[in-house]
This record gives sequence, structure tokens and C-alpha cells, in this order.
Amino acid sequence: MTGNIAILGYGLSAIGPGIGVGLIFAAYINGVARQPEARGMLQPIAFLGMAITEALAIFGIALAFVFKG
Amino acid sequence: MSIVAAAPTDYTAPGVEEFWQPLIGDGAWAITRPMFLMAFSIILITWWLLATTRKKALVPSKGQMGTEAVYGLVRNGVAKDLIGSHEFMKFVPLLFSMFVLILVNNLFGVIPPMSYPTMSRIGFPIALALIVWVVFHVVGMKKHGFIGYWKSLVPSGLPKGMIVPIFILELITDLFTRPVTLALRLFGNMFAGHILMVLFITGGWYMLTSGGILVVAGGVTWIFAFVMTLFELLVEFLQAYVFTLLAALYIAGAVADEH
Repeated sequence: MTGNIAILGYGLSAIGPGIGVGLIFAAYINGVARQPEARGMLQPIAFLGMAITEALAIFGIALAFVFKG
Repeated sequence: MSIVAAAPTDYTAPGVEEFWQPLIGDGAWAITRPMFLMAFSIILITWWLLATTRKKALVPSKGQMGTEAVYGLVRNGVAKDLIGSHEFMKFVPLLFSMFVLILVNNLFGVIPPMSYPTMSRIGFPIALALIVWVVFHVVGMKKHGFIGYWKSLVPSGLPKGMIVPIFILELITDLFTRPVTLALRLFGNMFAGHILMVLFITGGWYMLTSGGILVVAGGVTWIFAFVMTLFELLVEFLQAYVFTLLAALYIAGAVADEH
């Protein structure tokens, strides 16, 4: 079996952000369900949080291609 | 994976090289397929906007209604909600053009004659992210002044020892993380989604034509390819929306009174 360990590294780097993004949107949905009028206020916070959390996974895929050799 | 491995070994999985498709010339100055598609998308959008808004009416026609729905989504759903009703109007043209351009180019990924998401070449998302990056820094500096803008990165009321580390963190986020992730998010989603579709379709075709028990597996793979195409449609729309949303969010952060 041949392959590249950098891709495995990307898989590992996606675990944390995956959990993180899940937690963020779980909290966002919870908040909107409890208080629908707070949606406008919660949405930017949720998406900004997602952008920052997801950054790690995105760096992961970039580095996986950089170190592919 | 195991199905592909069990097949005779002359099937090669699609890779990065699938995306290099020069039409005229070769090397660094070649006119490639995504370049052609980008130009085509601009003509298409221009035609669409002109055709649906030339005969404006109070009771809109079907075409005008569609255009207004897309415009309303960006204007009210993104710009007004995030930037605030005070100064959102001057950013609506930028956000609307970005949304439509990204959406049309992404949709090219699943529309048969084009069948190539332009944003899966990293150069296109980088250009878009650079525009957003320059815009949100410049409007921030115009609003707060050059020194005031960098000062506004740090929230007020921090203890003295925390100011320098927080400032460095915010500086890295603003100058590096934001534009890089903005470009790479769009690129990564389009690239990975398209490569997955190519894998399912070419793999399915290979198994269908190789005969025996593999024909069944090839049929199942093609059903999955169909499902993946529908999923890609969703992702393509979502990525255009997220890109516009984050661009609006960064602009909103730069022009906000308190950071």
C-alpha cells in the first residue's frame, strides 16, 4: 500500500475543527430556538467563530499539499 | 477503496493534474479553461442583469423577480444585517458582485458543457480574497485613521500586560489568517468536491466497462455520483454565501465603532 502521510495529517487536523464547528452551530441553533429574535445578533458571532475554528483545518489541507513532495 | 484496489491496476485515480487544462498555448502564459469560463461567466452575468432589469416595472416580471430575490438576499440578508443600516449601502455593489460571480462560477462545476468549477484553481479565490482584504483595511483606516485603526484592534479595558499579546494575535488574524482562510476555504471546497465527483464518475465508468461482478459496483458508484452532484450543488451555493457573509463580517468589524 502506497500513499502519503501528509494526507493522514490532514485527516488528524480536521478532527478538532470538526468538533469545534459542530459545537458552535449547536450553540447557535440552541440560541435561535430559544429566542428567535436574537438570530440577527447570533449569526455574525456564529459565523465569525466558524471562520476562526475552520482556519486550522484549512491550514491543514494547504500544508498537506505543500508537504506532499 | 477496496473495490478500486481489487480492480486491475490500470485505473488511475484523479489527481491535481485533472485541473490543468490549457486551451491555447502552454506553460505559465497559457489561456486555460478556467480563464475562459471566468470570462464567459462575466458575459453571462452581464446579460442576465441587463435582460432582467431593462424593463423595470412595479409589478415585476418573472425574471425581474428572480434578480430581485438574489439582490435582496445579499442586501438585506447579508449586508444590512451585518454591517448595520447606517452605512451598508456602499458595500452592497461589492458584495452582490462577489456573490453572483462566485455562485455562477461554482455552478459551472455541475453544469455539463462547462463542468469545471473555476474556483478550483487557487488564483481566482486569491484575487477575490485580496480585494476583500484591501477593502476592509482601507475602509477601517478611513473611518478610524491610520493609528486609530490599529488601536481599535485591541478591545478597550484590557489589563496592561495583555495589550501586547492580544494586539499581536489580532494583527496575525487580520493580516494573515483572514485572507488566507477566505481564499483557501473557497478553493478547498470546490477542489475537493470536484475531485470527488471525478473519482466517482470515472471509477464507476471503469467498473461498468470492466465486466463481471464489478458492473453492479459500478452502477452503485454512479448512483452515488448522482447523489454527490446534488450535494455539490448545495456546497456551491453555501460557499458563495459564506464567502459573501465573511467579507461583510470583516468589513463590519473594520467600520464598527467599537472593535
